[in-house]
Amino acid sequence: MKLLVLLAILLLIIAGHQLLRIIELSRGLKKTKEWQLTNSDNNAMGRGMLIFMICFFSFFFWQVYRWKDRALPSSASEHGFKIDWLWDVNMNFIVIPVFLLTNFFLFWFAYKYRGNTNNKATFFAHSNKLEMLWTIIPAVALTFIIIFGLKYWNEIMDDAKDPNKVTIELYAKQFDWSARYTGKDGKLGTTDYRQIDGSNSVGLDTNDVLCNDDIIVKNEFHIPVNREVELLMRSRDVIHSAYLPHFRAQMNCVPGLVTAFKFKPVKTTDEMRKDPYVIQMMDGINKQREKFGKEPVIFDYLLLCNKICGASHFSMQMNIIVESEKDYNEWLAKQKPFKAVASK
Amino acid sequence: MGTKHTATALEHEHATHHDHAHDHDEHHETFVSKYIFSMDHKMISRQFLITAIIMACVAMTMSVIFRMQLAWPGEKFAFVNALLGDKWAKDGILDPNMYLALVTIHGTIMVFMVLTGGLSGTFANLLIPYQVGARDMASGFLNMLSYWFFFVSSAIMLASCFIEDGPASGGWTIYPPLSALPQAMPGSKLGMTMWLISMAIFIVSSLLGGLNYIITVINLRTKGMKMTRMPLTVWAFLITAILGVLSFPVLFSCALLLIFDRSMGTSFYLSDIYIGGRPLDNVGGSPILFEHLFWFLGHPEVYIVLLPALGITSEVISTMSRKPIFGYRAMIGSMLAIGFLSFIVWGHHMYMTGMNPFLGSVFVFTTLLIAIPSAVKAFNYITTLWKGNVQYTPAMMFSIGLVSSFISGGVTGIILADSALDINVHDTYFVVAHFHIVMGLSAIFGMFAGVYHWFPKMFLRMMNKKLGYLHFWITFVCAYGVFFPQHFLGLAGVPRRYYTNSNFPMFDNLVDINEICTIFAIMGALGQVVFLFNFFYSIFRGEKAPQNPWNSNTLEWTTPVANIHGNWPGKLPEVHRWAYDYSKPGQEHDFVPQTVPLADGEHDGGEH
Repeated sequence: MKLLVLLAILLLIIAGHQLLRIIELSRGLKKTKEWQLTNSDNNAMGRGMLIFMICFFSFFFWQVYRWKDRALPSSASEHGFKIDWLWDVNMNFIVIPVFLLTNFFLFWFAYKYRGNTNNKATFFAHSNKLEMLWTIIPAVALTFIIIFGLKYWNEIMDDAKDPNKVTIELYAKQFDWSARYTGKDGKLGTTDYRQIDGSNSVGLDTNDVLCNDDIIVKNEFHIPVNREVELLMRSRDVIHSAYLPHFRAQMNCVPGLVTAFKFKPVKTTDEMRKDPYVIQMMDGINKQREKFGKEPVIFDYLLLCNKICGASHFSMQMNIIVESEKDYNEWLAKQKPFKAVASK
Repeated sequence: MGTKHTATALEHEHATHHDHAHDHDEHHETFVSKYIFSMDHKMISRQFLITAIIMACVAMTMSVIFRMQLAWPGEKFAFVNALLGDKWAKDGILDPNMYLALVTIHGTIMVFMVLTGGLSGTFANLLIPYQVGARDMASGFLNMLSYWFFFVSSAIMLASCFIEDGPASGGWTIYPPLSALPQAMPGSKLGMTMWLISMAIFIVSSLLGGLNYIITVINLRTKGMKMTRMPLTVWAFLITAILGVLSFPVLFSCALLLIFDRSMGTSFYLSDIYIGGRPLDNVGGSPILFEHLFWFLGHPEVYIVLLPALGITSEVISTMSRKPIFGYRAMIGSMLAIGFLSFIVWGHHMYMTGMNPFLGSVFVFTTLLIAIPSAVKAFNYITTLWKGNVQYTPAMMFSIGLVSSFISGGVTGIILADSALDINVHDTYFVVAHFHIVMGLSAIFGMFAGVYHWFPKMFLRMMNKKLGYLHFWITFVCAYGVFFPQHFLGLAGVPRRYYTNSNFPMFDNLVDINEICTIFAIMGALGQVVFLFNFFYSIFRGEKAPQNPWNSNTLEWTTPVANIHGNWPGKLPEVHRWAYDYSKPGQEHDFVPQTVPLADGEHDGGEH
């Protein structure tokens, strides 16, 4: 088999070599050189540019249409609606029109002004008016983007001030997450990374009594709907990033620092499972899973790691359950506080 | 060419000099001094180009391997096993550590070895002395060192792929603590050390080259070559070199502190870490410091990659449209503005790192400002085409490809620069799509345009036009085919650098998008064989180049068709006008070389 492949390659090389000889010999007979452009070259390539544009734009719209049920569902958090709105305005009124228009002019001119021996280009070296025009228009558009962008940014990144907030600490390590709740006292205990061991996986300071009632959970964590959630983030080893795409929330977890992000979930997990868009999206997922031979799944909010953190970066995630205040409290009551777990 | 006249007055003038040329050229050169330790800018340029092409092939092969993993996770590929061996691809299934290593080394090679060293090294070396009318670089010796440091750096980077624990694999941005702690991943052992050594040597190469470029442009311009008469290529190389000289030392200090943290027990970037079953002593450092230092280089780096490509395109679009570049001064102004702004926008890579959000606001503002000069450049290119007489050489095709990808990738930058919108697409495939289109495609297209356009000056022969067309269409279609769909992966929230997206159900519906990307990537990679064949074949057997094949105005086309020391036999040419007098009314030909004196009452610089 290998011999045959080798033989085939050898034959190809010989054939190629002979072909090149013929081309090289025939070169001398022609008046124009191969590299010189002819009108038909320019015509072909100019038209090629136009055809490319049509295909390119068709490809673009095809993707938008074909993959319309692939994007993340609309926001499940309050601030996320603002982000989605700003995203849509930016995309639909600035990014996509500019992309289509400028590409159109580029390829249209490339087609229309394709070279011809009878033509002569117009000597047109500059125009202050035109240049002013395309300095000022982008500047005006950018003013809008900056004003709204910064307004929302400041709101989103502000400290969590709601007195009724839920504070949860996300703790990242290679390669899993845990979440820590304040427990009855409403306060997270202090931490000390030197005390990390088998029964103290997130490094609580055992001298601090505030730690005793803290609740640590793995694999999934619950949050109540319509209450502000303040996430505090720590990391044990390398940089991770807590990415909660459905809530439009993300923040890096940096060793040595405590970072924060706040959001207010507005849809419970059950509500999301009944959302028509989510149903359609899950259909797509389950169809593909059938092809893989995997069992079908239902929708769940997810916390992902979004900063390269090592070999199993791709598998570092945790489920999030958003539920009513009542369900949340019931779930929380069932969890064991740190002291009870540690003293076992 | 569409225009029929090939012979110019200059050609006649220089024909008489050819005899003198031999006198100059006949001092004895050994193989070593001519081809290896050469101090001639033209030879150094060719050395850079061929090294960069080899590195690009390596990086491209890596990308094909990890793209196949993403499209068909868990499939067995005999060829992956053949390339990586049983350790990294048992039965042809890629190892997760090797996946990260490939991603890392692909990024590093592409950004530094190909698009910084390769692009600037090739064309700044070739074109600066030629286009400003200098005999050579200010220091031929430093220029030679610049190449050899680059070579050693590339060699170390390649060698690091063959060590036991594998090469660096913390991503091309090598954020600590991941890159600082050997316990964190195998790639952070010897591989990371070699990465840092390679990069330190690369920085030396870049600085030696950059200083040379700056000094040559400032001091060695020929008579009449005012700054405002320089071709935009030279302007682009000058600004690029300044950016490099100002920012690479910061990367060096950044890498140096990382070396200290890794091997000398310091804590610049480390604090409160428990890894490998024990707490570390390091306290008080911060990885955020690393990110600031890294991106202080990292963002200007984007423009170090892009500006030379834009410079090359400016020259090619103007020449091939047979029209002056539109808004010559605005082009210089916007390049200067981009260069300046690129130093105060680095924080937009760090919106989500825990940096103070107020700082983020400042970076939103400065980052979005860059959109203005960028828009001016794009519109000026398009206006240059308007009412032109566009000659479709392969170089021109790639230049139009560049403008298209510069627009398509640039517009999504508006989204990413906006911190509020960045929250949800930060570090997703939306970013991957954005920077590959705006930086990868544009810069690579610019490099191809340069190779096709100046091949006759580099190798004194012509490349094959039809193969050039074929290469262009395959590359252009496939490049968009690979990266455009990745926007949609980003919209679905797919994080970067995931070994597989099928480990949990969330992204299972995106398998076909990944397949499309990968199929285009494989076709695009195979398409480069057309280029490689055309390139190497034409070096030896291409048609002989005439003196000025593209009827261009700039000085390099007034040199004889030979690689001689000193570039011009006899006296250096004198410059009388700017470089863009194409199709000027009242002129006999549709181009007027820079060496032709202004007629009575004729204006320079686009007035007529």
